[in-house]
Amino acid sequence: MSLAHRIIPCLDTDGSRVVKGVHFEGLRDAGDPVELAARYNSEGADELVVLDIAAARDNRPTFLETIRRVAAQLSIPLAAGGGIRSLEDARAVVRAGADKITVNTAAVERPELIGDLSREFGAQAVVLAIDAKRENNFWQVRVRGGRAATTWDAQDWARRGVELGAGEILLTSVDRDGTQSGFDLPLTAAISRAVSVPVIASGGAKLPQHFLEVFTEGAADAALAASIFHDQVQSIRALKSFLQSNGVEVRLPC
Amino acid sequence: MIVTLIDYGAGNVTSVARALRRLGAEVRTTNQPEEITTAGCLILPGVGHCAALLGSLDAHGLRHPLVTALSRGTPFLGICLGLQALYQSSAEAPEMSGLGILGGHVDHLPQNVKLPHMGWNQLRAVRSSHLLEGIPPAAYFYFAHSYAAPAGGPATAALCEHGCEFTAVLETERIFGVQFHPEKSGAPGAKLLENFLRIAA
Repeated sequence: MSLAHRIIPCLDTDGSRVVKGVHFEGLRDAGDPVELAARYNSEGADELVVLDIAAARDNRPTFLETIRRVAAQLSIPLAAGGGIRSLEDARAVVRAGADKITVNTAAVERPELIGDLSREFGAQAVVLAIDAKRENNFWQVRVRGGRAATTWDAQDWARRGVELGAGEILLTSVDRDGTQSGFDLPLTAAISRAVSVPVIASGGAKLPQHFLEVFTEGAADAALAASIFHDQVQSIRALKSFLQSNGVEVRLPC
Repeated sequence: MIVTLIDYGAGNVTSVARALRRLGAEVRTTNQPEEITTAGCLILPGVGHCAALLGSLDAHGLRHPLVTALSRGTPFLGICLGLQALYQSSAEAPEMSGLGILGGHVDHLPQNVKLPHMGWNQLRAVRSSHLLEGIPPAAYFYFAHSYAAPAGGPATAALCEHGCEFTAVLETERIFGVQFHPEKSGAPGAKLLENFLRIAA
């Protein structure tokens, strides 16, 4: 009896449709979020993340409607984010049916946002998403979908985010995202050891071996992927069987 | 079956209501004292901070009608913080009194493990449980918490472990509580809610 490692499909949306791209660029349509959510719920996903990667102000009602329709399909937790800049934005997302809120750029611009959210919804509902890119001798925090550099060190930011009230870190390797060459293991291990909260690894997943590595060498608590699940390159059930047979605790439907 | 869901402002009221409606229950959400007094069956969901829950119960004048309903034998299910609120006190809000239905103190989980205890974990039954009837012993349930109720005590029906053992399922007469979120726990969670509805009917 111990806590299972989680497998989390991610729906990157333009508000209403699932989209995908490499290195956050060259987006194309990858399906209906409601259909995908229903499929993942029944295939044994442990949680679902829905992001509005356009995060345009005027598109907000569309995204909230997507959250409502996705939440209605689920009997597993739902995290939602993209464009959450205030407590009011977060309340709307929670009211629409999200159990957790993910924040990224807005938290870098105004770190107090993390504390505001944590006090209102509890740390377990606040996911700090960090996009990190290797720069010489450190991992640099990137914002605006990985496109814009900051001067911040990802390890320091993760620690500070937890002190401010984040209950989980969603860590994306900008170097690996969309490459299907495996998770960034040194990055994931460094962040996982730097903080006392669970870390979700993201960026670069393709093979079952990649997930095994990120749970062992990378010390991740959960792993997130998008297109390999959307395109049915990898089934969640087969992935979990592989992990279990390699000694990783996972939740298999019983 | 009409279920009265105590809506003190927690984020998971909607998903608990949805899970109950899927099972055919009629759900009423309320923060009115008189609706708690007249309810045939009560559920107190909870996420977030213990002080917010207890403070909100007091602000709406719900504490007394709730304690009275429980002592009268109205079937009750507390979810997550809704379980923790049944105890005398919590380290999360030391200045406030819990509902005091059960003796004991809710404490912080040990710091030698990752917190919050977040994700899917299994249970260890310590005695037969009506809530867990028909659910495979190896089933996983979804947890998201940093504080937990003591493992001992006659009301404890099943334990979970994360850093230390704690009460995951409690049952005493018509009062039930679960530390995990059945509304987010797939098929086993739905079965548990169905069991509660059957017991409460």
